[in-house]
Parts: sequence; structure tokens; C-alpha cells
Amino acid sequence: MLIIECPWCGKRDQTEFSCHGEAHIARPLNTEELSEEEWGDYVFFRKNPKGLHYERWVHAHGCRRWFNVARNTLSDHIHGSYKPGETPPTIDTQEVSQ
Amino acid sequence: MNRYSIFSLIRNSVNYHQDWQRAWRSPDPKKEYDVVIVGGGGHGLATAYYLAKECGITNVAIIEKGWIGGGNTGRNTTIVRSNYLWDESAGIYEHAMKLWENLSTDLNYNVMFSQRGLLHLAHSVHDMQEIGRRGNAIHLNGIDSEFLSPAQIKEMVPFININCRYPVMGALLQKRGGTARHDAVAWGYARAADAMGVDIIQNCEVTGFRMENNTVKGVETSRGFIGAKKVGCVVAGNCSVLAEMAGFRLPIESFPLQALVSEPIKPILDCVVMSGSIHAYISQSDKGELVIGAGSDAYNSYSQRGGFDIIEETVGPVVELYPIFSRMKMLRQWGGIVDVTVDRSPLISKTPVDNLFFNCGWGTGGFKATPGSGNVFAHSIAKGEMHPIAEPFSINRFNSGALIDEGAAAAVAH
Repeated sequence: MLIIECPWCGKRDQTEFSCHGEAHIARPLNTEELSEEEWGDYVFFRKNPKGLHYERWVHAHGCRRWFNVARNTLSDHIHGSYKPGETPPTIDTQEVSQ
Repeated sequence: MNRYSIFSLIRNSVNYHQDWQRAWRSPDPKKEYDVVIVGGGGHGLATAYYLAKECGITNVAIIEKGWIGGGNTGRNTTIVRSNYLWDESAGIYEHAMKLWENLSTDLNYNVMFSQRGLLHLAHSVHDMQEIGRRGNAIHLNGIDSEFLSPAQIKEMVPFININCRYPVMGALLQKRGGTARHDAVAWGYARAADAMGVDIIQNCEVTGFRMENNTVKGVETSRGFIGAKKVGCVVAGNCSVLAEMAGFRLPIESFPLQALVSEPIKPILDCVVMSGSIHAYISQSDKGELVIGAGSDAYNSYSQRGGFDIIEETVGPVVELYPIFSRMKMLRQWGGIVDVTVDRSPLISKTPVDNLFFNCGWGTGGFKATPGSGNVFAHSIAKGEMHPIAEPFSINRFNSGALIDEGAAAAVAH
């Protein structure tokens, strides 16, 4: 079970949150010009990395606000949380591989 | 390969069972193969077996980073069924079921396939409508399914608590469903494939693909380069990692899925009982352990552990449904990494790289499909064109929109 830090409420148990997958996927603006390939790619295809993953969480049973988390998917180690719109923290890849 | 039979058993018992042949060799990799299969789980081993047996391609290697059957093949809850809603799913899972029914004879290896019957419980009006729709769809595909009343369920499982918090209102029964011994499936396929000349190379991790003009030429491994005319990847939770090595992405995310077994007890449950809506599914192994399947975690992970909260969510409904189990001790708990697509249907597909094929996305319920998946994947690789049963499971469906949405039928039930 993870301990997740909500940028507004502080550290809480993971069961208060729900995860919504890969972060920083921008919705295309020119939607009427997109091909099927581009639409499919945006909606369904994911990096699904083994290692550092930037992902969206929502504090569903708390303040109900969205934020991002940098987490290692192999060890489940959480590197940190940050608010939407903020630049993701740079993580030392040496640290990630450990 | 020495055939296993009552006579070989008697012959070997004379020597105190010291002269049994090894079930498969442990060869060094050759320079080049006609086909390299990455991943030595059930699906990969089955693919190699059917390549050799039905397609006449015996110059095949299976490359496995750990030991064969050590991933999800050894971690699942061994349930086999083919009662799926959509025609495409019925096609592949029933194809698998027919192969299961003759598998022990085919492989000369007892996979302990037991068609003990499988119940899907319904706990609400919506559940009843869902099993009604699915049961009729299954009938139309010529697959067996029966509707049971609560009294009939009680007859099959006398100790079930029908009037629990979400009362049991009915069930869908597939009599041909049941369980198989998961390790034996891997070992049986390995032994039979090896006997036809397939090289099983364990402790050999693929680290990259060698490609020329967008065509795969072989795999880089921890034991050096191995050339291949064609490569098939069957690596479940790690498929996105291999896809990245080949330069593309997949419509898949990886999650830990847990299971747990109890201490062994005398026979009490002689069928498989699953409940999708309260998420409790359970069977009893031949050793006597209760085998309980839990849910998957809600966040991507490759950790092969899973969260404790999931265990609580699983054993709660089990105890509610079967109060008699409330004092059982759980012996082991583990997790496997499942590769989940949004429509909960697999990918059996060509890829953007020529001669590179992927068979993945089986998510939380791939074990039951092992023979069928390997069979159609072998034919697809051999021919270079997808087998008709595999065709709908192409990666292109995520661009065309022709999804095979088994979410309602199979998202939690295995």
C-alpha cells in the first residue's frame, strides 16, 4: 500500500486516492483534422514504462483535487507529487534504477 | 522423448525412479532460427509446440529471461472457461476449450484438466440481465451454458450463503468449464515442443531487437545475438517494454493482479464459483487449498506484489458468501503483472516492424486461452498472415474503433 502526498492535504493512505494513468497527455486541438491513427494513438496508446512514470491521481475521498505523481513502477517508490501545470521534477535516473 | 504410460511407470519403479529422462534439454542458442519466440510462459511454449507440430517449423527457439512458466503461467488461478459474450471472443476461447479437452493425450502429459463446472453468480437485477444476455449469446455460438436458480446453486454448493448482503439471485453455469494444473501446462508443452526439436533457452533476457529496413533480423540477448527470420513476442506484462525496444507503443497498461491460497482442507468445493459484481472467485485445488483470485491494483506497476487493500476487498466478499471459510488461514499470497487493454480483449497482431509479431494483452484472464492462443499465433507466424480467429484481435482495432468490448464479461472474472 502506498503513502501518497497530496499537494494540498499532505501525506495520506493510497486508498483515499484514485489513479488515472499517464500524465501530460495533451488533448489535440485540431480534432477535426486528426486521422484515425492519431486519434487512436491519443486515446489508447500508452508508454507503460518499467521505471519512472509520471501519472495523474485524484484525492477522491479528500479534497477531490487532481495532481501528478512521479513514481517508479518497478519498486513503487514515489519520488514526489506536484500540482497540475507545474513542471515535472527531474529525477536522477541513477536513483530510479535502484 | 520417452513416452509416459503405465508401462514406463512400472519399468521405472523397478529402478526406484532414478532413470527418468530429463523432460527437456537445456541447449546453447544456435546462431539463427526460423522463428524465435520471446517469452517461455504457457502461450509462448504453446506457440512453439504448434509451430513444430502443425506448421512444420522445428527450427524454433523459446527465449525466457527466467525459468519457463515462472511468470503469470505459474501465478494464475487455473480457471478455464469459454463463456464470453462476443463472437470474436467465443471464437478464440472455444477454440482453446476444444484443444484443452484433448490436451493431456495430445501432449502425452497429464495437465489435470478437470471440467468440474463453473458458476457465475448474479447478485442484482442488472446481473441477471447481464447473464441472460450473455448466456443467450453463448448459446447462439454453440457453447454450453445453463441458467440456475438459487435453489439449484444451493444444491451444487450447499454451504453458500444465498441471503448475503447482495443476495444470490441466479447463476450462469458452464459445465465444460473448470481448472487445469497450470505448471503442468507449461511443462507439458515444453517437453512436447523440445521433443520435436524446439530449443528452450532459459535465463536469457532479450535486451533489444536487431532491425534492417524495418524488418526484424534477430534479438540481442544477455547471451549474445540470436538471429531470426521471424520473431513472436509473448511476454504479458512486459510487452510494453519489448515494444519500446522495437520503437512503438501498445494500447496496454500493466497492473499487478493478486491471488492467494488457503491451508489445504478436505474436499468441500467441487466446482469453480465466481462472482464478478462482489469480486469473489474461488475453487479448490486437488491438493485441497482454496484458490482465491483477487482484483488488480488500480495503478500501473511491475512490482509483482500488489496492495494489501486488495486482499481485504477480496476476502471480505468470500467470507460473506461462504461463512464456513471465515476461520481459514491463508498460506500464500502473490502477484503477477497483467497486460490490460481497454476493451479487455487480447492483441494477436502484426506490428509496425515486419516479421515481428506480438501476442499480448490477455490481461487478467489469459490462462484459459493458452492452447488456442498458441495455436492461432503459430499459424499466423508461419503463414505471415493472421489466422482467421486471430484477425479481429489486431492492434489496428484501436485505430479503426472495432473494439471487442469484453469489459462487462471479463474485467474481473477469470
